[in-house]
Amino acid sequence: MTCGSSDRPVLSVEGLSTAYFTDKETVHAISDVDLSVRRGETLGIVGESGSGKSVTARSLTGMVKSPGRILDGQIKYRHPETVTALAERYPDRVGPPSEHAESDAFVFDGPTDRYVDLAAAPEAALRSVRGDDIAMVFQDPLASLNPVYTVGNQIEELLTIHRGLGDSAATERAVDLLDAVGIPDPARRLGEYPHQFSGGMQQRALIAMALACDPEVLVCDEPTTALDVTIQAQILELLDDLQAERDLALLFITHDMGVIAEIADRVSVMYAGEVVEHAPVEALFAEAAHPYSRGLLASIPSQNPDAQHLPTIEGDVPTPTSEPTRCRFAPRCPEAFDACRDVHPRHVDVGDDQTASCLLYPDEQRRERAVRTHSEPTSEDHQ
Amino acid sequence: MTVNRHHEREPSAASTAETLVTVSGLKKHYADDGFFGGSPVKAVDGVDLTIRRGETLGLVGESGCGKTTLGRTLVGLETPTAGTVRYDGRAIDELSGEPREQWRWNTQMVFQDPESSLNARLTVGDVVAEPLEVRDWKTERERRERVFDLLDTVGLQREHFYRYPHQFSGGQQQRIAIARALAPEPDFLVLDEPVSALDASVQAKVLNLLADLQAEFGLTYVFIAHDLGVVRHLCDRVAVMYLGAIMERGPTDELFDAPANPYTKALVSAIPEPDPTASRDRITLRNSPPSPRDPPSGCPFSTRCPMKIRPAEYDHLDEAAWHAIDILAEVVRERGQVDPSLRDRIRSLVGRSPRFESIDEFAADLLDDVSLPEDARSHVSQAVQLATDGREEAALSRLSTQFGGVCDDEYPESHTVTDGHCHSRCHRHRPEYADPPDLTRE
Repeated sequence: MTCGSSDRPVLSVEGLSTAYFTDKETVHAISDVDLSVRRGETLGIVGESGSGKSVTARSLTGMVKSPGRILDGQIKYRHPETVTALAERYPDRVGPPSEHAESDAFVFDGPTDRYVDLAAAPEAALRSVRGDDIAMVFQDPLASLNPVYTVGNQIEELLTIHRGLGDSAATERAVDLLDAVGIPDPARRLGEYPHQFSGGMQQRALIAMALACDPEVLVCDEPTTALDVTIQAQILELLDDLQAERDLALLFITHDMGVIAEIADRVSVMYAGEVVEHAPVEALFAEAAHPYSRGLLASIPSQNPDAQHLPTIEGDVPTPTSEPTRCRFAPRCPEAFDACRDVHPRHVDVGDDQTASCLLYPDEQRRERAVRTHSEPTSEDHQ
Repeated sequence: MTVNRHHEREPSAASTAETLVTVSGLKKHYADDGFFGGSPVKAVDGVDLTIRRGETLGLVGESGCGKTTLGRTLVGLETPTAGTVRYDGRAIDELSGEPREQWRWNTQMVFQDPESSLNARLTVGDVVAEPLEVRDWKTERERRERVFDLLDTVGLQREHFYRYPHQFSGGQQQRIAIARALAPEPDFLVLDEPVSALDASVQAKVLNLLADLQAEFGLTYVFIAHDLGVVRHLCDRVAVMYLGAIMERGPTDELFDAPANPYTKALVSAIPEPDPTASRDRITLRNSPPSPRDPPSGCPFSTRCPMKIRPAEYDHLDEAAWHAIDILAEVVRERGQVDPSLRDRIRSLVGRSPRFESIDEFAADLLDDVSLPEDARSHVSQAVQLATDGREEAALSRLSTQFGGVCDDEYPESHTVTDGHCHSRCHRHRPEYADPPDLTRE
């Protein structure tokens, strides 16, 4: 913990919007997403397919490819060494945090807050952040590994490029990495090809690669979805150990509420490209505030082993083809009322460290008053 | 909706219920026919099972355990290598002519991935009508009416008749697949992971549909899944498979509340519970399941079992020591199977060390911090010596004669457990071995 920024999240995303522009339509994959994760903490991002979980993860390290583009928002990364290094490399693009919108600066160096805005950073700067600072692990391990190179080759290549290690130093470090992720006989395993690894081993190897450059933030996009439950348990345990060992900030994306309950400290629930609720994991499972979170939790079979019928949410997840001007969940919401179709809800506090974007809140106020909280312009609104 | 509620079950009533399908001694091996064909893949290796009329039997296990192969054999998509499947008392491979047609009508299957199991070039109406057309069922007009009814039954609209599968979401596609399976009015449905490709909220809808259909038509289900939460919700009885064998079977609640088999215990404890406050007594298994091409000689689960029975003469070894010995055996086995690459051979020819450290260095690392008694250590180092000399087979047999127990040597019998409700395959159920160590490690 260095500098004065230790109490701030190492990564915070503010108002991030990413859209995909196709001939047919514009898909607003994520709109106005806020997230934050501290060192040693696990933020779970949960949602169904098409809710924008993966696009969020890809936006973080500039991995959104054409026809997709980040439209708006900031991705503040606060690792002091990285801020210093990038400030030296791009001296003409350093500015004080107050001048955010006006300049073409992306490194912000103020007395109270120092960060790099990854959403504004040039590709070359992103390339040094990707892997070194923010690493990713994806869902399908076999698809993430190159089938024609040995696992050792791929890990060593990464160490050579990112860390500038020589051949034998890279091999030595690769052995240590495989050992650290619990692969037995690592020295021999390095010489094997990805298909010779089992699914769990492949995922371990990918985690080893993600950790190769000692990242501060590890983004895991459904890392256990393709694995069997006993293997999943191994991987979750491994991630837990590694996080404790390295004080990693972990961003864990999944659709599995059971996994979320297990691994997350805080949870952001996404629906149709928006975060509908932020909550500490205990609060989410004990008293979810947003009707969607409640519906999602209620529909898990293991929550109701004896129910004849599972509670369900009517309708399907829509594809967000326009910017949000109303509640996107309203058409499926059992508690929707007239205003839900006209007013776009904002995040309001609903509990300790818990916010929900729903017109039902603040629930201690009369409904009209509560709706007005959402529709009044605030100072934060640009234009 | 009053008949046949799947969660109000009484063991006594269930056990007298009529048997619909009997599986006995079923084996399905896939052999390589080629010149270099090695040992066959034993996908299903000796399964006995009964399925009662009107129940839902869950078939669970990890990928590669043979649950899908078993399901496909039940509907006749695979021909068993050995053993029989009896439907209504008659062996299906002896059926021919009209009785065989009848059986085929009665037995249908729903597959995991609706997108690939629906013909993309046919409209939904054609997809659902196809089983009827194949059998020349009534007139075209009546078929069309029947399809409309079926679409309605599975919660789709009439206008969906003319659309193509790709125009539907995953949940709707699975409804189409279910409608197609229901078209010949079957009694018996094999559902192969019907909801695992679906999102949670969609999954709930399809599960509800399946429960409703069963109540309405008195269907018998075999429900294949790896999601134990779903199985617990839907199934009356469960069979847990591992490496082609059924390790434990019994009524759902008994099996989940008090699993008797070590594998079931580990599997149940590995399900992430959607409750952050729950305390976890998880049993984390080592490694992955072995290849079904080369299954362990004794109990299928012996390579990963935390309750493995150790030989009495090494009673004093602690868990860490056993763990190290198991890893050593595993590594020796793997090394024995890999031929050194050309590059490694050249390296050793020109006098450079191979790219990986030799086995004795690895073993030294491994055994460094475990406390092995003198007698055990000498046997281990002899084995390491053999492996270093390239005689992996001999090293393995030394390790197994010294440290192997009943689990490595004998295939376990099926024992009646949990007050007679469940059947479990494990040597631990034998009175002389009933004294399991504590499974949960902190």
